[in-house]
Order: sequence, then C-alpha cells, then structure tokens
Amino acid sequence: MKPAPFAFRRPATLDEALAALAGEPGAKVLAGGQSLVPLLSMRLAAPSMLVDINALPDLDHVTASSEGDEAGVRIGALARHAHVLASAEAAQVQPLLALALSHVAHPTIRNRGTTVGSIVHADAAAEMPMVLRLLEGSVDVASVRGRRTVPAAELFAGPLESTLAHDEIALEAFFPSLPDGGGVAFQEIARRHGDYALVGVAAVVQTEGGEVTGARLGYVSVSDVPVVVDVTDALDDPAAAALAELEPTDDIHATAAYRAHLVKVLTPRVLADAIHHARERSAQRKKQ
Amino acid sequence: MSTPEELHDVRLHVNGSVHEVQVPARRLLSDALRHDCGLTGTHVGCEHGVCGACTVLVDGQPVRSCLMFAVSAVDAEITTVEGLTEPDGSLSPVQQGFSDCHGLQCGFCTPGFLTTITAGLRDNPDPTEDEAREMIAGNLCRCTGYQNIVRSVLRAAEIGFEARSAHTSTSDGGQQ
Repeated sequence: MKPAPFAFRRPATLDEALAALAGEPGAKVLAGGQSLVPLLSMRLAAPSMLVDINALPDLDHVTASSEGDEAGVRIGALARHAHVLASAEAAQVQPLLALALSHVAHPTIRNRGTTVGSIVHADAAAEMPMVLRLLEGSVDVASVRGRRTVPAAELFAGPLESTLAHDEIALEAFFPSLPDGGGVAFQEIARRHGDYALVGVAAVVQTEGGEVTGARLGYVSVSDVPVVVDVTDALDDPAAAALAELEPTDDIHATAAYRAHLVKVLTPRVLADAIHHARERSAQRKKQ
Repeated sequence: MSTPEELHDVRLHVNGSVHEVQVPARRLLSDALRHDCGLTGTHVGCEHGVCGACTVLVDGQPVRSCLMFAVSAVDAEITTVEGLTEPDGSLSPVQQGFSDCHGLQCGFCTPGFLTTITAGLRDNPDPTEDEAREMIAGNLCRCTGYQNIVRSVLRAAEIGFEARSAHTSTSDGGQQ
C-alpha cells in the first residue's frame, strides 16, 4: 500500500510555495499529512505534486486575545493539534477548542496533525471543521492572486471539499472568543475513544441573568458538511428541532436510524452541559 | 517507457547518527527507516495510521512513521526503538518493564508501544492506571489483551523512579 509517484517541493518561503501551487494544477498542500497520507497510500488521491509547507516560517503560532473586536484564538497553519490543546490561553479565551480537540484522534496523531489542515480537509466526521462553523470563525488564505478571509459559513462545499481554490494555502484559522455569559459543551459517541465519531455534538449558548438568550448546536458525522442548528426558540425539545434540519445517512459504521437516535440522546445532554457551563462561568466572574 | 521516478537526496538524523539516503518523494518514513537505513526495529502494520506499530519519536514526540514521508523528515531528530536502549546497551526502563511484566507475546506491536510509552513517561513519570491506559490507547496489540502492557507501563515508571532516586542519592553522596 504505497502512494502513486508525485513531484515534491519543500519551499522555504510562502511566495515559493504559492508559485509552486499556481504552476501545477494537480498539486496538493502537505502540512501534518495525517489525513492526506492515508488517502495517498490507499490511492484514493493521486496529486501530481505535493507542496510541503512544513519548512515555511511563522506559521506554528497559537495566539489568544480576550480584548476588542479581534477577541479570539488565532491558529497558524503549522500549529499541531497537540500544541493548540496544550495552550492554556486558548482554552481560557475559547474553551470549546480544548473540549473538542481532546476528541481528535489519538495523542500520537495530534502530535503531527494540524488544526488548520483538519479544517480545510473539510471532513464532516472531523471535530474542528464543525467547531469553526459553530463559532462562526474564519480562515485566512493566500494565493499568488492575493489574500482573502473566508468565513466558516462559506468554507465547506461538500464531503472532503472546501471552497478553497487549488492554488490557495490556508494560513491561519480564527476562532472567536466566548463572550461573558456564554457557555460551551462537547460530547461524541464513537465505537472506541479516538475513532471518528458516529455522532458528535457541540453547543454554544448565551445567557443573561441565568436565562438562555441564544443556543446553537453543531453536529459531526450526521451530514456531508458540518451542520449548525439554532435552537434558541426550541429549548423545550431541541433534538426535534435539530432533526428537522439534519439528514442522517447510513454508512458502514451506523444506520441513519441509529444516528438519529444518538442525536436525540446527545442533543439535550450537551445543551444542558453548555447552559450549566455558562451559569458556572457567570458565577465565577461575580466572585472575582 | 515512462521517465524514471525522481530521487531526492535526504539526510536523516536517526538515533544520533546521520543516514544519507536517496529516495523517491513517496517513500514513507517507515520504509526509509527499514529499507534505506536498515533499522528494521520499526514495524509496519496497517500503513494508514491506525495500529501504531510504526510509531517513532520525531523531535521527542511520538509520530506515526507511516504517515510521514522521508523527504519531510529532513529537519527532524528521529528516535526509533533501536535508540531507546541505554548508552551501555542495557534495557531502558520501558523495555525492562515489558520484560518484567510479560508485556509482549509476538512482539510485532512492541516497538510502537515502547516509543509511545517512553515519551509518555517522560511527560508523566508517575501515571495512574487510567493514565497508563490512556497513554497506550492509540496502539493496537492483538496478543496480550493489554493488561500486561498496562502493568509494564506502571513497572517502567517504578524502574524510572528507582533509577532517579539512586542517581540523586549518589550525587548527594558525592557532594557531602
């Protein structure tokens, strides 16, 4: 089980990397490779060239800011999942990151795999694309044609398909901070811890004086793309509201009916966790 | 005839030695270690990142060598199972733990466990049994049922602790 032959570039500057991508329409970017290399080995993908970005400078950062319009976590294209997960500042500013990252594969995979790479790989069974979508984050991308910021709502086109052009490199992901009065939660059901989830659910809620004023849920492994459902007006039966917008499908891992069942079980549980988290956070703020 | 595949000159740093190899870009690091460097201690199981048999340390961190290309490993310091033994050739605490507790039967998965646990105990030298289980959760073993591997992790932690306290008392004695 070996990859098909490909040309290889390992540029030292971003300009060289962008030029290499622009000059070879069949080229793919190689960052952590934890999703791409298995696809190559199984010959599910056969790009004509890999552009290895691991030698590019200034892309392995995880920076967190809790002030102003830019409050949130910025993650560079070469920051490994393990690095993001270990960042106490990132967990403080946006706690959903660490909650979700601890479910991403196993530690050994997280040592090499990158968070930005996982996002633009756009696997609807992966946690981080959904988390970016749920938090309404964005990805900064570059090509020889210039730079642009892609909002998460416009990033996911289909299974394993982002809206990035073939010559674009994702440089950085931005996850907005959790505001005061906000709470988050994440749970997933997998056959074994570390496997892809059969269903995963994340919740973000907003509270004022303990009352819920906003509640949104994100789903992993239920549809072809990460799906977000607003259940602010359906707090008494959020699972029914979610299932009205989700279309669980059959695959070799689970039936559609079982996935719908897991949505029914996990949705109220995760929502309750997030509300609890919001109230605890508010109570701690008052003490300080 | 198609043109022959391009070869890349790659300098790999493995277990403190330099290996100059010529490989196609698609050469997996696991294959480069085994075939080009002759270090057959790294085992290749599933070849898609699931089984953990090929785990090596890349700059000290456990990584699947079947999910990296040799051409991407040029800047890295790689440690394989061959590099785990003590400088005098004796078994490392993790290797000794496996020997003491019957942590292997066929031995196929063992190199991946040894490298993973070596890094795991460096980061957490005194794991609980649950933490020992979590440490090895990304590696598959089809023989042992894992019980003896968990015991081996805890035994290795003990051996490491004993070695460190022996070292400390020796150096204390030297100072007095």
